[in-house]
Amino acid sequence: MKVILDQDKCVASGQCVTAADTIFDQRDEDGIAILLDAEPSPEREAEVRQAAAVCPVLAIRLES
Amino acid sequence: MTTTTTDTTTPSPHEPAFPMSRDGKCPFDPPPRGLAAQKEAPLTRVTMWDGSRPWFVTRYAEQRALLSDPRISADISNPGYPSPAPRPKGSGSPLSFILMDDPEHARLRRMVTAPFMVKRIEAMRPGVQKIIDDLLDEMLAGPKPADLVEAFALPMPSLVICRLLGVPYSDHDFFQKNSNLIIKRGVSPEDQGAAMGALIGYLHRLLALKLEQPGEDIFTDLARRVDAGDLSAADAAQMGVLLLIAGHETTANMIALGTLALLEHPEQLARLRDSGDPALVTSAVEELLRYLTITHDGRKRIAIADIEIAGQTIKAGEGVIIATDLGNRDPEAFEDPDTLDLERDARHHVAFGFGVHQCLGQPLARMELQLAYTTLLRRIPTLALATPIDQVPFKNDASVYGVYELPVTW
Repeated sequence: MKVILDQDKCVASGQCVTAADTIFDQRDEDGIAILLDAEPSPEREAEVRQAAAVCPVLAIRLES
Repeated sequence: MTTTTTDTTTPSPHEPAFPMSRDGKCPFDPPPRGLAAQKEAPLTRVTMWDGSRPWFVTRYAEQRALLSDPRISADISNPGYPSPAPRPKGSGSPLSFILMDDPEHARLRRMVTAPFMVKRIEAMRPGVQKIIDDLLDEMLAGPKPADLVEAFALPMPSLVICRLLGVPYSDHDFFQKNSNLIIKRGVSPEDQGAAMGALIGYLHRLLALKLEQPGEDIFTDLARRVDAGDLSAADAAQMGVLLLIAGHETTANMIALGTLALLEHPEQLARLRDSGDPALVTSAVEELLRYLTITHDGRKRIAIADIEIAGQTIKAGEGVIIATDLGNRDPEAFEDPDTLDLERDARHHVAFGFGVHQCLGQPLARMELQLAYTTLLRRIPTLALATPIDQVPFKNDASVYGVYELPVTW
């Protein structure tokens, strides 16, 4: 699985970090999401899908 | 053209008025007319006090689609923006960026997002736990029954947001009184305008003071941005009022109403109280947010281009009310939606809204609620309502739902 994050869309809701904190973090200056791991291991897939589903601005795209 | 548009000038006799009232049978359920409208169609129209007939969006999928659609505007200065009550004149956009569109919305919002990011909120846990423990110590040492709102639900988030923003807690009575006037239905536009003016004036004085006596807080940061010319003093004051109101009204109502909902569901309460599982605490808070959806006045928007959705056309210039309290009870999105089930996965709820305006303070609210419910139940395992539930004064007259008082004993 490949994760693509659009930081321009991000509104710093923190939803992705709450869902998958080993894959996403927030940058210190403004809370905008950052990707820690663009190719998460299969056991992380469920939480990454959850992060993409709850992102309020659909800024997380997943490719298989 | 295959879609139909509804005539915007003649209300149908079946069209519900907005805001709608609850029926009092189950104080946690959305208004019956809203639920009936949801059963009928994903989009309908409602009639407002001024005769306008905005669209009323009842179902979860259409709500998420519209709240994340760039053709939907939150800019209150658009003519036709739906207003559930007469608005004070000349107050501009008093609730700052929540009533603006990008790019201005994003510019202002990003100035205050850092302190609410998950890791910084998590670091506040011990301090918030201390506030909770101190308030409960005090309540337990006092007389029974006690009003949980006054003793705990209101001061807790208020103390936290005051610390985070850099507001003296001794000013609490002043801003509490004025913010209540702003969120209450049926207050005259003059009185609402005066309350807003009082809060804006207070913020101007406080921000000026922050430059002389800086602290490690959000308002000091805003004052420095004004001083550096990055932010106008008016924008800073409006943002300050927004953060102050949003930071304590909402969480306070969730604590009190959520506690009441748990007391009315004793098996669920016992499960949450006796389980040491942090995953249950997390899911319980999401479920209470979904089930109660205290921001029950709908998200107000206006179309800035024609939008085809669910077989209808929302025309440019038409108002839209997105009833997230109904979306969170949509059986297509949540199985058996009228049942409170603390173990269900409710994380996709829209209690914090959806789209670019989704709640900025949600990590703070989650952390506060997780600590508040669990500490309350652990410290007072015999907590009980001290009055029949039909005697509890519900906030049916406010844009944020909750209870005015919650008499409890133990």
